[in-house]
Amino acid sequence: MTPFVPADWLPVIFAGLMALSILFYVVLDGFDLGVGILLPRVREEAGRDRMIAAIGPFWDANETWLVLGVGLLLVAFPSAHGVILTALYLPVAVMLVGLMLRGVAFEFRAKAHDLTSKRRWDHAFVAGSLVAALSQGWMLGRYVLGFAEGWAALAFAAMAAVGLAIAYAFIGATWLIWRTEGALQRQAIGWARLAIWPLGIGILLVSAVTPLVSARIFERWFSVPEVFLLAPLPIVTAALLLGIASLLKHLPLPDDALRRFPFWGAVALFALFFAGLAWSFFPYVVPERLTIWQAASAPESLSLILAGAIFVLPIILGYTVLAWRIFGGKARDLTYY
Amino acid sequence: MDALILARIQFAANISFHILFPAITIALGWVLLFFKLRFNATGDDKWMDAYRFWVKVFALSFAMGVVSGITMSFQFGTNWPGFMERVGNIAGPLLAYEVLTAFFLEATFLGIMLFGWKRVPGWMHTGATVLVAFGTTMSAFWILVLNSWMHTPQGFEMREGVAHATDWFAIVFNPSMPYRLSHMLMASALTVAFLLAGISAWRWLRGDRAPSVMAVLRTGVVMAAIGGPTQLLLGDMHGLNTLEHQPAKVAAMEGNWETGPYVPLVLFAIPDEATRSNRFEIGIPWGASLILRHDPAGEVPGLNQFRGAHPPVAPVFYAFRVMVGTGMLMIGFGLIGAWFLWRRGALPRVMMWGLVGMTFSGWVATLAGWYVTEIGRQPWLVTGVLTTAQAVGPVPAGSVGTTLAMYLVLYGMLLVAYIATLYRLAARGRLAEAMPGTVMPVPKGSVA
Repeated sequence: MTPFVPADWLPVIFAGLMALSILFYVVLDGFDLGVGILLPRVREEAGRDRMIAAIGPFWDANETWLVLGVGLLLVAFPSAHGVILTALYLPVAVMLVGLMLRGVAFEFRAKAHDLTSKRRWDHAFVAGSLVAALSQGWMLGRYVLGFAEGWAALAFAAMAAVGLAIAYAFIGATWLIWRTEGALQRQAIGWARLAIWPLGIGILLVSAVTPLVSARIFERWFSVPEVFLLAPLPIVTAALLLGIASLLKHLPLPDDALRRFPFWGAVALFALFFAGLAWSFFPYVVPERLTIWQAASAPESLSLILAGAIFVLPIILGYTVLAWRIFGGKARDLTYY
Repeated sequence: MDALILARIQFAANISFHILFPAITIALGWVLLFFKLRFNATGDDKWMDAYRFWVKVFALSFAMGVVSGITMSFQFGTNWPGFMERVGNIAGPLLAYEVLTAFFLEATFLGIMLFGWKRVPGWMHTGATVLVAFGTTMSAFWILVLNSWMHTPQGFEMREGVAHATDWFAIVFNPSMPYRLSHMLMASALTVAFLLAGISAWRWLRGDRAPSVMAVLRTGVVMAAIGGPTQLLLGDMHGLNTLEHQPAKVAAMEGNWETGPYVPLVLFAIPDEATRSNRFEIGIPWGASLILRHDPAGEVPGLNQFRGAHPPVAPVFYAFRVMVGTGMLMIGFGLIGAWFLWRRGALPRVMMWGLVGMTFSGWVATLAGWYVTEIGRQPWLVTGVLTTAQAVGPVPAGSVGTTLAMYLVLYGMLLVAYIATLYRLAARGRLAEAMPGTVMPVPKGSVA
């Protein structure tokens, strides 16, 4: 196919599409994994069923964004895919095992014949969610430091692992605030209040470390006029954190008002943090080693994918919205059949 | 063991585990639609019961397919980075189209199909079933296009060692694609046919006389009776196509060491690469020449033509026999079963037990078939373009071995859990068919 956009722009467009898919994944499967991490906090069966019901119709489609994100990395930046996945070989394998356990535990649990085996799949579900979240955080930490070696880099990765698990637990709790009611909702508010401060500290730490390890990234943020143009990013982040924290103190409100706010606030936090990372690393797809232009596939192939994506992505978004409308509102009984 | 063989074993383990589940979901999606449409047309509850039971099997199989499929998308990069570097311009768009046109469709509408029962109108639920079935088939289409292109590549040119697409129509409709795709779709239909029949026969033998049991059993047997012979025909056409484009693979399948006329059809032998001959060969004279050339004097290519560049003979040879043998059994069961249903309206007990034994025959035949075609392509990853050894990544053997062990343990556990759950669902058949939220009456005398 003859390129219908300038060849130089294709890598930028694909980097954007890929970043968007990964952001969608982190937000959407983030709340699924978060609910999985929070599951052991609830002892009684009905509460657990309700939590699972709140993510039941969504998790499968949510996970597909990971396939798209990694797929775009694979097809648009094949050499970067090779470098990144080779460097992250073990954490990727661990994450895959986690995601497998989580995904199938969901189905097995729904078909369990007695409480013992249901509990066993609950354990697999929780372990899978936690392992997937931790390994994704570990990978984030390794990536941010450009796969640097040494104990400091590994300590940073370990911190990022815990940080992302907390972030997922946070967005999972906000999802439950929106999608559940009664005692479970009140519990979820409590979890969100617990998680929000370590989350804020985590965001602060990664934001502080990233410019310190690279002079280039430091320049991107702290030269004039960038420092002023970018100032809204940390300011809005801080305001959001404080806003959500104070809202959580007052929830639940009469008529369940503002029940959606914590979740969408969390989405905004994730997006801002992600935008900050993107600004730091652009145009590198492998930090400080490979730019998106160096790693990109041939323009003809990228154009063909883009033509399909322009046509199909709106349809995907359309039926995703349809599914969200069908399954809007509070999660009731597990109406799985 | 070196990293290459470990990477191959790991990839083979993963893809073998993965294919088990698409082999079920591709056809089961359409079977569910059939149940739903029968219900819409007749109003007979047995079809809805059948739908509700088998949609559970579908959901479970689908989840297994999704999670093992995600692993595949990573292993392309971790195990075979050279593949994407060399032919990424062709493989990339095909994989991207699979994600865009199939994965999201299946995953989103599966949610509606499973959980939307009470939330959407009946037509929308039927529509969701159509879209899920369509999505699984689209997914099979794109992945078989890519796989077929790896066997019979065309429509590209090499520039500086990298493949560039020149003709997308030629790439998609490459010579082996129509045969491989139809062979695989029919394989899925047969896998499902025997799964339906086997599980239903098991329920019947345990005394489960729900009307849905016989309805599903009949569906399975009829599918097998029609699909079995059709598959024989498709397989033969696929074989002739392979003879034209990948003669070395056919020579290995036949265990034929020397090119010549009047080549026998080897039924059994132990191929020996050291002596380049078969031991204990039992064959039908002229058979291979007749099948492949439709002429006893027809010349059939032998492995001597491809010395040093043909696939390992024994695994291809044996896998081919496992596939054909299983296929013949399937045809026999399908035809005899259909005859009994037609003449007597029921199956004899021994036939029921036979079907129970054949429950997973589709898996055996499908895996064996894929081993034939994939090992048969070796030493190439993409015929004439890239060898498997050139594509392997720099990951040390230790890491590959460790993760391989991890995957194997997990796959073993999941497979056991899957089959156990299948039989538990079957044992609780009536319960599994109940509407969500409805309370099943507890039989008198039982302890709730």
